[in-house]
Amino acid sequence: MYDKEKQLIDAYMRGTVSRRSMIKGLGAMGMTAATASVLVNAAATRALAQSGFDWQKHSGTTVKLLLNKHPYTDAMIANLDNFKALTGMDVVYDVFPEDVYFDKVTAALSSGSSEYDAFMTGAYMTWTYGPAGWIDDLNEYIFDDAKTNPDYNWGDMLEGVRKSCAWNGQPGGELGSDDAKQWCIPWGYEQNNLTYNGAMLANAGVAVPTNIDELVEAAAAAQAGNEGIYGIGVRGSRSWATIHPGFLSGYSNFDQKDLNVSDDGKLSAAMNTEVSKEFHRKWVKMIQDSGAPDWSTHTWYQVGTDVGAGKSAMIYDADILGYFMNGGGNAMAGELAYAPFAANPAASAPTPNIWIWSLSMSTFSRQKDATWYFLQWASGPEHGLFGASQMDFVNPVRSSVWEDAGFRKRLSDAYPGYVEMHDVSAPGASIKFTAQPLFFDLTTEWAATLQKMVANQVPVDEGLDELAESVDAQLKDAGLG
Amino acid sequence: MSDAAVPAKRKGFRISPGALPYVLSLPALLVCIGILVPFFTAVAYSLQRYRLSQPWARRWNWGENYWNFLSDSSFWNTLKVSLTYAILTVGLELVLGLCIALLLQKRTRFNNFVSIMLLMPLMTAPALASLMWKLMTNPGFGILSYFASLIGFEDFRWASDPSTAMLTVVLVDMWVYTPFIMILLLAGLRSLPKQPFEAAALDGVPRLFVFWRITLPMLTPYLLTATLFRVIESVQQFDIIYAMTQGGPGDKLTVFQVEAYLNFFQSTNVGRSAALLMILWVITYVLSMIFIKQWLKLRERQRGEI
Repeated sequence: MYDKEKQLIDAYMRGTVSRRSMIKGLGAMGMTAATASVLVNAAATRALAQSGFDWQKHSGTTVKLLLNKHPYTDAMIANLDNFKALTGMDVVYDVFPEDVYFDKVTAALSSGSSEYDAFMTGAYMTWTYGPAGWIDDLNEYIFDDAKTNPDYNWGDMLEGVRKSCAWNGQPGGELGSDDAKQWCIPWGYEQNNLTYNGAMLANAGVAVPTNIDELVEAAAAAQAGNEGIYGIGVRGSRSWATIHPGFLSGYSNFDQKDLNVSDDGKLSAAMNTEVSKEFHRKWVKMIQDSGAPDWSTHTWYQVGTDVGAGKSAMIYDADILGYFMNGGGNAMAGELAYAPFAANPAASAPTPNIWIWSLSMSTFSRQKDATWYFLQWASGPEHGLFGASQMDFVNPVRSSVWEDAGFRKRLSDAYPGYVEMHDVSAPGASIKFTAQPLFFDLTTEWAATLQKMVANQVPVDEGLDELAESVDAQLKDAGLG
Repeated sequence: MSDAAVPAKRKGFRISPGALPYVLSLPALLVCIGILVPFFTAVAYSLQRYRLSQPWARRWNWGENYWNFLSDSSFWNTLKVSLTYAILTVGLELVLGLCIALLLQKRTRFNNFVSIMLLMPLMTAPALASLMWKLMTNPGFGILSYFASLIGFEDFRWASDPSTAMLTVVLVDMWVYTPFIMILLLAGLRSLPKQPFEAAALDGVPRLFVFWRITLPMLTPYLLTATLFRVIESVQQFDIIYAMTQGGPGDKLTVFQVEAYLNFFQSTNVGRSAALLMILWVITYVLSMIFIKQWLKLRERQRGEI
């Protein structure tokens, strides 16, 4: 690197020059914004090395990761050489597609294998892995000054996201409580909001919906006003994954819960209240009137690809699905827009349930301190900013990245409305489920019941009463109810 | 006497005649251990209250997992769905396989070529076949949905509709496995002795009568073999159904393997999952015994031993 460029980047790292001025300066020196960001990242790594923290402590150690095939993984791999240079450590990894990924994790952990030191997971999964004794409480590392670099800045993590990855292990225990264990470190996350095709809504003469009633009407109108499309994409497969995105986000906006927790810690079904039944009725009608014809087999993949291909007018699902479908080779690239969505007309703001891709440390790892070095680097602010501004490491989980003007500009230029949507819904974003060990049983049954309702196999009221009865019986049988 | 006249003593490891039978049966013993250890482990799990997410609650509950099935409507649904699937797939595949085998019975170049071509689906992994069918039945762009619309089924929803989900997975199963039955029965048909058929032809016996009274009885051992293999496989069906619908819509296709898989990998309920698989093992064992007994009886009858 030439001295002038190096000096400019170092000045930026010291905070004496703004990011905009630095990129402008580098541009004047004939450097593209992308190259500039790579150099900034390398400079950030150098700065980390000079922070006084002994990054070389585990030099020569090899850490093995189990990873899901995902843009977050790609971003990490793209930046991995910097970690290796910083620490002298080596990192090897196995990457599996999502269809089989969690089976692989369960098999590896339940067998007590020490093959993998750390792995990607969702926060819901840690409700099984934590109590089973398969993963470590990362608080032991985060708050240990000898093991964590002083610039890690744990408090920079978005609060709702950070707390959603912490649970005290008590069924029904509040996420992020004072006695909670940090089972995983947030890496990247998804809120559930609206992604819509502006042209299709305009064709149909409907405005962007702002509550569930408008959504039901707008979806039907969009379907009627456009040839060969359906109105709204939401998930429908017989899986817990059908419940957690748009459905639960809208549901919880009406202050509805999945389970009640009594004073003595006993759990009971809470999904057959009158408000819940009314919400279910609207949701079911929306799918029947204007959902995908093969809704009951739709996973996130079909929901995303259909809106990207122009087969649906909008989706109420993960915002990053809308992000990815608005670029690349998708037919609707550049045509999609975003809106925060509060299903309840009386609610002051959206309350999206969130999915958090996180990193956990295996209890069976034989080199936990070295593994923590990798985890803190991968979830650190430097990699977060690199991934978000250079790769598709979106949504970042750190406030500092969201506050970064360069990142916001990049996102706003390419995805108009995305940043604003995030800013509006982020304060209310958290996991809305009750943390408990039967999570997958109960939510899968909930999804199956929803399928029956949509297929008119069972009326909504009756279906929810039956579901609640079954949930209570299962909770009781497991000693939780 | 010179040294050369003395036979050279063989060097190397020698097994005593007494130990030889044990050594020879060692591979079988090892295979047996490889099967029996997991089997009895699963039996032990099925007798426990064992959830990976609640390790503190793990305990022996002996027959409670099985006892709970009696009052568990989802278990009875699983049993019903599994048996319905097995009966439908095997029954339809037998009829179709037999029809195709009869059409291809004569040894001609064309028939031989067609019989080889018909084996292609059998070489496709069932999970891949399911994904292929999932695309073909997609309401938006699926070719089968298009054909269905041409004959008046405008909104035919295939596997995503509870009323047609079973039909759809049965069709996929038939596409994959009918060739298996066809090739087995074709081999049987072509190996039947010619004399009875020639005698019937000389006597001018109608073809239908020949089929019912000569072909079918002589083909029965082959039919039983094909049925045995297919019943065992279809009652344990997993990949086609899971890839198409994950057991849905609702609980329309929650066969044993899908339910057990979800119980273990998703709910981490090891006890219930193992108990379900034990029940499946009993069903498979009983069905196998029935078929094998019938097959042996038939063979004895053909030898004139009864």
